[in-house]
Amino acid sequence: MDFNDTSEEAAFRTEARTWLEANAERITPGDTDGIMEEADTPRMVADAKVWQKKKADAGWACITWPKEFGGRGATPMQNVIWNEEQAKFQTPRDIYGIGIGMCGPTILTHGTPEQKERWIPKLLSGEEIWCQLFSEPSAGSDLAGLRSTAVKDGDDWIINGQKIWTTGAHFCDWGILVVRTDPNVVKHAGLSYFVVDMHSPGIEIRPITQINKGQGFNEVFFSDVRIPDDQRISEIGNGWAVAITTLMNERQSIGSGLGIGSVEDLIQFAQNFEIDGAPAIEDRQVREQIADYIVKARGLKYTSLRTLTALSQGRPPGPEASIGKLVGAVLQQEAASFAMELAGASGALLDPNETPDEAAWQERYLALPGLRIAGGTDEVLRNIIAERVLGLPSDTRADKGIPFRDIPNGPVNA
Amino acid sequence: MNFDFSDEQKLLQQTTRDYLAEHSPLSTCRDILESDQSYAATLWKGAAEMGWQGAVIPEQYGGAEFGHLELAMIAYEVGRALAPIPFGPSVYVATEAILEFGSDAQKNQWLPKLASGEAIGTFAFAEKPGQNTVEAVAATVTDGKLSGTKSPVVDGDIANFIIVAAREKGALSLYIVDLDAGGGAGGTAPGIKRTTLESFDPSRSQARVVFEGAGCERLGVTDATSISVLLDRAAVLTAFEQVGAAERAFEITREFILGRFAFGKPIAAFQAIKHRMADLWCEIELARSNAYYAAWALSNNDPELSVASCIARIQASQAFEKVTVEMIEFHGGVGYTWEYDCHLFYRRAKLLSASLGTPKHWKNLLIDRLQAQQAA
Repeated sequence: MDFNDTSEEAAFRTEARTWLEANAERITPGDTDGIMEEADTPRMVADAKVWQKKKADAGWACITWPKEFGGRGATPMQNVIWNEEQAKFQTPRDIYGIGIGMCGPTILTHGTPEQKERWIPKLLSGEEIWCQLFSEPSAGSDLAGLRSTAVKDGDDWIINGQKIWTTGAHFCDWGILVVRTDPNVVKHAGLSYFVVDMHSPGIEIRPITQINKGQGFNEVFFSDVRIPDDQRISEIGNGWAVAITTLMNERQSIGSGLGIGSVEDLIQFAQNFEIDGAPAIEDRQVREQIADYIVKARGLKYTSLRTLTALSQGRPPGPEASIGKLVGAVLQQEAASFAMELAGASGALLDPNETPDEAAWQERYLALPGLRIAGGTDEVLRNIIAERVLGLPSDTRADKGIPFRDIPNGPVNA
Repeated sequence: MNFDFSDEQKLLQQTTRDYLAEHSPLSTCRDILESDQSYAATLWKGAAEMGWQGAVIPEQYGGAEFGHLELAMIAYEVGRALAPIPFGPSVYVATEAILEFGSDAQKNQWLPKLASGEAIGTFAFAEKPGQNTVEAVAATVTDGKLSGTKSPVVDGDIANFIIVAAREKGALSLYIVDLDAGGGAGGTAPGIKRTTLESFDPSRSQARVVFEGAGCERLGVTDATSISVLLDRAAVLTAFEQVGAAERAFEITREFILGRFAFGKPIAAFQAIKHRMADLWCEIELARSNAYYAAWALSNNDPELSVASCIARIQASQAFEKVTVEMIEFHGGVGYTWEYDCHLFYRRAKLLSASLGTPKHWKNLLIDRLQAQQAA
């Protein structure tokens, strides 16, 4: 056991750091983590494009991709090292996560040579920004129950319906889209996968205001939007298999960003308030509660080191890699709630001048319900762990074997 | 980055598992639970032949001199098997105490016997009900004679020697009491009275030991800090035992819910059970990760051990207990019967959690130590 880089890893880290030193400023202490905050101004998009282009020109844009598509064929471990190093520098907010993390890998896996040539270079260089059009008002955890339709018309498809929770739709150029092409077969078999030009006529984008007033998501409405058939990815009716490729890439990218620092900060935080005339940190119940959070947060940290070890040794990560978001989001939410409780009545303030830590805990508490849902709710993640990791049977499904058009809908979906 | 055990260490783990599968099925634990015997003597002897008791004892004293990471792997398997032997007290505490603090003479006297399994050592700390702290130790040593009562002492009825926490002129230290010295039949030295107590986990024995001017010698140059270091080290190794046992209980539960049908399907298909199984699995994996980190700190004598031991101890204790509580619940009525093995795990979880200080104690300690780190 040791925590050091192998000599190859160390060499790669140096190479990455050298390039970053020459092209970006180091982060100084006190910078905020900006968890789920709104940040989508034109200025931000412009800055992000400049940075992405710079990386692409130097071969640092999508390092795990094959060289022929502008990557450097890096290993997953090298990708981790790159991300660790890049995180130490001031870089524009990442608006390419969906494109690079999900859309690109899906096109590389399922696209034709022409499709790859058409979309990959500008996706990688950052010239074009991508979004994901999967969820619908009536299809979240049960994504395959989606209802937006595509009907063939000559060499085009006509799209109608509504998508939701689309991050960045208002500044994107392309979107990956799953729609129903056949309502007469079972739900998974009637889906097809397309790439849609977000500037097409008939697309209307409306921002969604989150509970923390952030506006990262949108609703996207499709009214007779035309998509040429050559923008279909894979076969008609094979959309679910392609979507799974996208989703597997999504879950890998969420959940890695939940830090442990904040939980250990509670020790200092609890020294600022009194309970029964003594600092709260001297209260046994407070100590034990904070200890519980810290034990879990450390457990997550060391679990991620086990995952890194697998990557470093060229093995696929073990099932423990799926714990991060499930345990981490709840933990952070509970810890934020506890901090607000320690602050007493001022815990119910958002005014940064009248409540401790400039209301950072309150902001977290407002942001975290979103993280518990994004990329799979706690309940979906538990099903995944139970079924795929523990090998327990799947639920009996009421819609199994039934053509999509005959599946019952509740009043909420009607 | 290499935060994992080596192939050689995993091979040792497999060898240990194979040996225990043959020589310590759960019926061995049950045999001790149901009999008057305090431990499985044949298994103890076999374990010594495998080199387990001497895993960290240098070869010059007859040990196998594997190392602490290897011992952690053995502990994990001893836990999985619920092996009814005095492994923890003798190996993680008494052996560690002599290795870490003992004089040359003390090492020469005890290490060869510990390695061969001829001697069983244990640790006497708790004196009365409540949280056991260093401050609460009241046993005294005057003119080389020990007086006081220690209860409970795990394996106190079968041990050949005890490491005792006591005060001499108010100053805390560790002492070795040779229970066989000058002893007659029954093997207890003069001035010592030991009484076997009814154990919550009868597969592991506990006793009250009363010292009335018993002969003792100071263990090296030890003080209150030594006790804390000793408990930290033992906590890490015990955590492996706890995680191993939790994993086994989880596997047995998984098998059961897959085979048990209700309402026309396996009960494992109900989300009310599936989701709790997923949560238990997360608890075990977090405990495993914390234990790994603590093993790294232990084997490298890293200062991080003081925090790492706490997080390993707390998560392992809590995970093992949670799994055993759910184990009985998911088994339904049969889980509550004497005949099924669920209660063996349910009992062991409490014994292992109580004997080196409860999670409550370690949580407080963790905050103390992190406060000290943050202040530094």
